[in-house]
Amino acid sequence: MTAPPDRGFGGFVATARSHGHLVVQPRMGFGSRARMRVGLERTKQAQGVTVGTITLDSYTRVGDFAAARAAVGGNSPLNGYPLLAHGAEATRALLDGVQDESFPVQVRHGSARPQAVFAELVAAGVHATEGGPVSYCLPYSRTPLRESVRHWAQSCELLASAGGPDVVPHLESFGGCMLGQLCPPGLLVALSVLEGLFFTQHGLRSISLSYAQQTSTEQDMEALAALHRLAAEELPPDVRWHSVLYAYMGLYPSTARGAERLLRSAASLAVRAGAARLIVKTTAEAHRIPTIAENVAALELAAHTAAQARPDEPGAPRDESGGGVYAEARALVHAVRELHPDLGTALARAFARGLLDIPFCLHPDNQGRTRSLIDDQGRLRWSSTGGLPLPGTAPQPAARAMTSAGLLESLTFVQRAYDS
Amino acid sequence: MGGTVLVSGTSSDAHTWNLIYVHLFLEERGYTVHNLGSCVPDDLLVRSCRELRPDLVVLSSVNGHGFTDGLRAIRTIREQRDVRHVPVVIGGKLGTDGLRNAGCTRRLLNAGFDAVFDNGDLGAFELFLNRHRTAAA
Ligand code: B12
Repeated sequence: MTAPPDRGFGGFVATARSHGHLVVQPRMGFGSRARMRVGLERTKQAQGVTVGTITLDSYTRVGDFAAARAAVGGNSPLNGYPLLAHGAEATRALLDGVQDESFPVQVRHGSARPQAVFAELVAAGVHATEGGPVSYCLPYSRTPLRESVRHWAQSCELLASAGGPDVVPHLESFGGCMLGQLCPPGLLVALSVLEGLFFTQHGLRSISLSYAQQTSTEQDMEALAALHRLAAEELPPDVRWHSVLYAYMGLYPSTARGAERLLRSAASLAVRAGAARLIVKTTAEAHRIPTIAENVAALELAAHTAAQARPDEPGAPRDESGGGVYAEARALVHAVRELHPDLGTALARAFARGLLDIPFCLHPDNQGRTRSLIDDQGRLRWSSTGGLPLPGTAPQPAARAMTSAGLLESLTFVQRAYDS
Repeated sequence: MGGTVLVSGTSSDAHTWNLIYVHLFLEERGYTVHNLGSCVPDDLLVRSCRELRPDLVVLSSVNGHGFTDGLRAIRTIREQRDVRHVPVVIGGKLGTDGLRNAGCTRRLLNAGFDAVFDNGDLGAFELFLNRHRTAAA
């Protein structure tokens, strides 16, 4: 028996990949419907294999729909599209004639209580979105982790039951990003895989796992290899999945040249490491919300760069199994899975016990006993592992006291390298 | 020494690196810092002012909603009989267009902020702290 064709988001990316194309996607969202529509049209017309994005504004993200409506009514600028203020009907009209089989659209939000957002996007005819019970709770809200897990379980089930006969609902984990910077790759890979497993426990059959570019290309190659290997080992065989790379999510280069160089390195990293999709950043990133034209320029630069890159030969001298990153991620995933068969319960317990612990995260449900640094080869490493069950970690000297200057030096590492 | 400072994100803003940075910046200048973290609703901000009686409140916002969220927060604080006199400043990236906006800054000041650091100017902030400290001494 062959699976029915998937004319949705996941199916589109799989087809592009089988033809050797990297799918490129913006992080685009505007307060006005007219501008959002033009943004999607221009994304669709851009040179390259693109999918569309509707990024939601911060009021909608935190559930303050009244503030989003007030901003729409009062014409004050928003940092994204207020899906609930505009409503499903108007959003459906906005998508009419743009979203189709050749151009699936994903809603990106950042909400720890996404039920209302999920219901609205499904009602608007969208079947792809992203986030996760951990990745949209700890960096994005004050919501207790246990509550976020409950909200996300309900939301996954809502989305899973929403597809049509030939559209499989798709959900992407944001677990490979967390605070955008200074989280060692082993933990990012583990969180992505764990959230992917959570999605499949709640009915999803088409998912993607993310990883955000960090400070060292070599380490990022290992991380993507580890993500691919671990996903293949851990995910149920009937689940279709792909990997998505995020162009650097930390403090971005402030010059146009630096921003473009960083995006190009993300695009070739994606192709070399075999990621299926890339989410781009623009030359405006360090300064303000990008325009439509800046988004299109970033998409085309990324697609052009990707078309010239080739996947690395498997078995190239580099440790293509993911080496240290794989061992770390695997140890974390297994330690969490052993806590409870229900992934949501396991994730909440893991954070309560410090088996998962995000460096520099202020959320009350994160223990905050881990710390990281960038070593002299530019790789992200642990300087304090707290209670993380990592293989073969020797006891470390206590991390040096953090200073504002020291923090800024780490945060600007990539920015300085690409701006200079 | 400096006294107690309450550092807080604004209601819709999830960013925290700015909060961690401003926290350390103040600690290094001798202040005792309470950091409320991100996405702080106005009632939690008011309650914390009431409980901590800080010498200064520092709001930080970079998500582009800082003008709107800051305006609502300061109006709420200035309406409370018991905490209305606490000095409050705001800074970061307050709008979505990356431009300095004198009109919006003036509205924030008129609504009751003691200082506005629209583009996150730390030099100007340092000067403010020194003046504030002298005035308090
Ligand atoms: C990392 C990051 C994230 C991480 C945040 C993780 C975390 N928990 O902090 C993640 C990925 C989660 C994220 C999410 C979002 N982000 Co963000 N993010 C960034 C990024 C890349 C770096 C920010 C950073 O870490 N800076 C490091 C700190 C130390 O610097 P800083 O924040 O600029 O603060 C400095 C000064 O401003 C100053 N300062 C700050 N506060 C104060 C206060 C006072 C009183 C003073 C004097 C000074 C001061 O001191 C600091 C040191 O110089 C920036 C873009 C960039 N700069 O490269 C975008 C950016 C800030 N994000 C942005 C947006 C819009 C969002 C989202 C809404 C998603 C979206 N629509 O794109 C969500 C937030 C959701 C919400 N509810 O708010 C926009 C804001 C647009 C604007 N203001 O015009 C930016 C500029 C990106 C862009 N160009 O679109 N983000």
